[in-house]
Amino acid sequence: MKSTLFNMTAVLLGITFVASAGVGLVNMITVDPIAQAEQAAKTAALTEVLPAFDKTETSVLTLDEIPTTVYTATLEGQVAGYAVEAVSKAGFGGEIRLMVGFTAEGKVNNVNVLKQTETPGLGTNMTKEDNPLLKGVKGFDLSTKKLVNGRLAVTKDGGDVDALTAATISSRAYVDAINRAWDAYKSVAQGAGAAENQSANEPAAQEGGENE
Amino acid sequence: MNKLQIILSGIIRNNPTFVLVLGMCPTLGTTTSAINGMGMGLATMAVLIMSNFFISLIKNIVPDKVRIPAFIVVIASFVTVIQMLMQAFVPALYATLGVFIPLIVVNCIILGRAEAFASKNSPFDSLLDGVGIGLGFTLSLTTIGAVREILGGGAIFGVDLGIGDYTPLIFVLAPGAFLVLGYLMVLFNKLAKK
Repeated sequence: MKSTLFNMTAVLLGITFVASAGVGLVNMITVDPIAQAEQAAKTAALTEVLPAFDKTETSVLTLDEIPTTVYTATLEGQVAGYAVEAVSKAGFGGEIRLMVGFTAEGKVNNVNVLKQTETPGLGTNMTKEDNPLLKGVKGFDLSTKKLVNGRLAVTKDGGDVDALTAATISSRAYVDAINRAWDAYKSVAQGAGAAENQSANEPAAQEGGENE
Repeated sequence: MNKLQIILSGIIRNNPTFVLVLGMCPTLGTTTSAINGMGMGLATMAVLIMSNFFISLIKNIVPDKVRIPAFIVVIASFVTVIQMLMQAFVPALYATLGVFIPLIVVNCIILGRAEAFASKNSPFDSLLDGVGIGLGFTLSLTTIGAVREILGGGAIFGVDLGIGDYTPLIFVLAPGAFLVLGYLMVLFNKLAKK
């Protein structure tokens, strides 16, 4: 079809108008299911990592310039535990987002991997049940673990959390996220104490010559 | 060309991955496992069918000089629609493929078929071409993903094959993507020639 200024403008205007109306319509249909799906995923993660609870209260902290969400769970008015949504940006394939549950006594109740983009078959093993990383923290009061500069660390870095086979960087990032969750837990549950540990915590994730 | 031939041509003679060699970025990026490859293939196929059909409908009213921007607006809208639908109704798949979905807009297969087929053929034939090319892309990506998952991870569709932990890691990493793609391309073209 021959192009003139008028028909080019008219056709493009028409197409963009129809397209934006269509996208807007689908957005109206999907906005509620999307919010519900996100809420359901969060609730499922909370239920998995926390002891029985009937109510949660949300507070957002900023640690190392990363916003960290802490959910304080209560059962009949008593604190049942704390769940912390923590992020590490030191993963092999991008950020790793964990939901870490602490009991009221301060032990790690369970950990759920909310989001990870690690290599399938290697770093992704962190989502499996009974993987060495989860075993290294689940049920422990983290302050009784072998700490390096006050931080949890993988065996290779002098700590006592076993890393995933051939996935050292992913494992360090996982432990890094646990450490951040621990900081957030401490500052919410015990008020102070977390601030002193803030500086010396960058994991050595950039070393060369390692498997993932 | 009869209707069945249009579909078969997309799978074999015009296979987007092994013959046309289009859309290499998502091919190499998402095929770390069979299920990821299949999800990416199906999402692309859905966009391709809709965009081919719609572009063929409007081909006679779009002036030549604004053809490409008009097609891109159509394609981008369908990708956005697919993305929102996936996020709402299959959040688990969306979580694994999330970053690659918006990239379907710039997948050269979609615009390539719009230009090469949909802008010259009837809406129904274009729809069939979308099905054929989409199936070709899905099958290719699933095959590459399966080979990489078996060789590199000792599993298929997430099911452990019991090969053990000593599979060569390189196949799930980037160099493995190129190796597997290259060898499968040779094999495919040898078989397709017969």
